[in-house]
Amino acid sequence: MGLFDGFKVTMSQVFRPRVTVPYPQKKRPKPLRFHGRHVLNRYEDGMEKCIGCELCAGVCPARCIYVRGADNPPDDPVSPGERYGFVYEINYLRCIHCDLCVEACPTEAITESKLFEFSFTDRRDAVYTRDELLVDDQGMPKKQPWEDWRPGDERNTSAWMRATSPNGVAAYEGQVAWSGELGFGVRPPEKGQAVEDVTGDAPMPEGEIAAADAAPPVGERPEDKH
Amino acid sequence: MGDPLYAHGVDLAVVLITILKVVLTFVFLLVAVLLYIWWERKFISDLQNRIGPDRAGPYGILQSLADGVKVFFKEDLLPAEADRRIYRLAPYLAAVPAFTAFAIIPVGDTISIAGHETYLQLANPPIGVLFLLAMSSIAVYGVFLAGWSSGSKYPLLGSVRASAQMISYEAAMSLAVAAVVLVTGSLTTRDIWTHQHPWNWNLWQLGVVPFLIYIVAATAEVNRPPFDLVEAEQELVGGYMTEYAGVRFALYYLAEFMNTITVSAVAVTLFLGGPSGPHIDFLPALWPVVWFFLKLFVFVSAYVWLRATLPRLRYDQLMDLGWKRLIPLSLYWLLLVAALRIGDDANWPWGPSHSAWNAVTIVACVAGAGIVYFGGLGAAIRVGAKRVEEESERAGGVRV
Repeated sequence: MGLFDGFKVTMSQVFRPRVTVPYPQKKRPKPLRFHGRHVLNRYEDGMEKCIGCELCAGVCPARCIYVRGADNPPDDPVSPGERYGFVYEINYLRCIHCDLCVEACPTEAITESKLFEFSFTDRRDAVYTRDELLVDDQGMPKKQPWEDWRPGDERNTSAWMRATSPNGVAAYEGQVAWSGELGFGVRPPEKGQAVEDVTGDAPMPEGEIAAADAAPPVGERPEDKH
Repeated sequence: MGDPLYAHGVDLAVVLITILKVVLTFVFLLVAVLLYIWWERKFISDLQNRIGPDRAGPYGILQSLADGVKVFFKEDLLPAEADRRIYRLAPYLAAVPAFTAFAIIPVGDTISIAGHETYLQLANPPIGVLFLLAMSSIAVYGVFLAGWSSGSKYPLLGSVRASAQMISYEAAMSLAVAAVVLVTGSLTTRDIWTHQHPWNWNLWQLGVVPFLIYIVAATAEVNRPPFDLVEAEQELVGGYMTEYAGVRFALYYLAEFMNTITVSAVAVTLFLGGPSGPHIDFLPALWPVVWFFLKLFVFVSAYVWLRATLPRLRYDQLMDLGWKRLIPLSLYWLLLVAALRIGDDANWPWGPSHSAWNAVTIVACVAGAGIVYFGGLGAAIRVGAKRVEEESERAGGVRV
C-alpha cells in the first residue's frame, strides 16, 4: 500500500551509512582540483615564476589581487624573465577561489593549494603578501600560524597544461602533460592524459612518450635559466 | 477500590510517601521529557540519514538540558499590547495539565514502602479517564488564551486554528475512550488495566479500530506531525506562541512533549495492557514497570517515525478527517461494541457463544448496518459538497 511505502523509506535510512560528516573531527578528502589558498611558485633553482604581468589581477572577478611588476635587477634577477612581481598581494576577504588567476597565469606562477581552513582574526592577516604566498626553497608553502594545514593540502598544486608546452619547447608541442611541481616532481598522468590523446581513443605512439620523458624536467631546461 | 495506602487511615508516613510519589512523578516526567526531546531529535536524524545532536555530552544526550539552560537565561518578553495577567498565566495552563494527566497512569503493580502497600501510580481517582479528558480540555485553554492575550493578530489566528483542531479531535478521542470504558465497566485507569491483565488487551478486545482512532486523534490532539498545523512554519509565523520567549516559550515546548508522553502512556494503559506482560518470577515488582516503559518507548518512537514519514495535512483535510471520518467511525464502533455487550449481558440467543452460524449472522448484520450508516453519511457529505459547489458558483467561482 502506498501509505506504508513511506514508512519503509524512512526506516531504511536508519541502516544506511550516514551522509553527514562531523566536520571538525572528521574531514572529507578534498577533490584533486580543490581551490584553496594560493601559492606563488618557484623554479627548482629558486627563481620565482611570477613575471609581474598582472594578468591574474586583470582577470580576477573579485578584484582581490594587486600586482606591481618591476624590472629584474641585472646582477641579481628574481625571475627568469625581464620583470618580476615586485608587489603581490591577495585579499582573502574578497577572493572567491574561482581559479581564474591560475588559468590566466602564463608561467604557472600562481596556483592554488588545498588549504581552506585559514580563519584569521585580524583584517591585516587577510591580505596575503608576496612573502607569505611564495613557496620556500623546498617548494613548500609557508604556513601561517592561523592556517590549519592538513597532510596533502600542499600537494597537486601544479597546473594542467592544455595541448601545448608552457615554454614553447618543440618536444612538448601538441602534448598534454602536468608541469613540474617543486618539491613533488611531475605528477603521474591521470587517465586520459599523456599516454592517450585528448579525445581518448587513439593512444600516443610509444616513441613520443619516450621523447617527452627524455626532455629535461621543468627548471633544468635552458630557457628556464634565462 | 482505592489505593491501599489510604486504607488504614492517614498518618505522617502516608503523607510522606504520597509526597515522595508526587516528587518522583514530577522528576520522572521532567527527565523523561528531556530524554524524549533528545531521543526524538536523534531518532529522526537516523530516519533522515543524519547524525543529529552530538555535541553536548555522549551522543548529545545533554542537548535538551543545554537548550533548557539557554532558554532560562533568555529575556522574558512581554508584548506592549498583551493582556498581562492572562499572558503570564497561559503557559501554566498548558504545562500543568500535561503534568497532572500523567498522575493517574498506572506504571506498575503494588509495592510496599516502609510497611505501607501502595500502587505504583500517583493517584487512582474514581473518575479516572474523565480526569484525563478534562486535563486535555484545559490544555486547550492554555493554547487559545496564549493567542488571545498576546495582543497580536498572528498568535490569535494560530490559536484559533490550534484550538479548533484540538476540540475537533477531542470528540473522536473521547468516543474511542468511551468504548474502552464500556467494556471495562469502570472509569479508573487501574481497573482498565487489571481488566486487560494479562493478555486481554483492549487492542484486540475491541477490534483494532478504537485504538487506531485513538492514536490518530491523540496525534492531532497534541499537535504532532502530520497534524502539526499549529506550528506549520511554512504557513504560519509561529502559531499561538509567536510572542512567547524564554521560560514561557520553554513551558509550551515542555507541555507539547509532555503531552506526547502522556497520550502515549494513556494509549498503553487503555489499549496495550498497561504494565502487563510476560510474568517473570525474578523481581516480580520490577517487570511490570519495565513492560510499561518498554511499550511507552516503542509508542513515542513510533510518533517520531510518523513525523519523519508523513507530510502535513492541509487544514480542510484535517477537519474532514476529524469530523467526517473519525467521529462517525468511532461513534459507529462504540454503538457496535455496546450492542454486542448488551447481547452478551442479556444472553440473547444470537451471541457468538451460541453457535458459529450466529457469528456469521452478526458479521452480516454489522456489515449491513455499516453500509447503511456510512452510505448515508457519504450521501450527506456529497450533498453538502454539492451545495458548497453551487454556493461558490453563485459567488462567481470563489470557493467559500
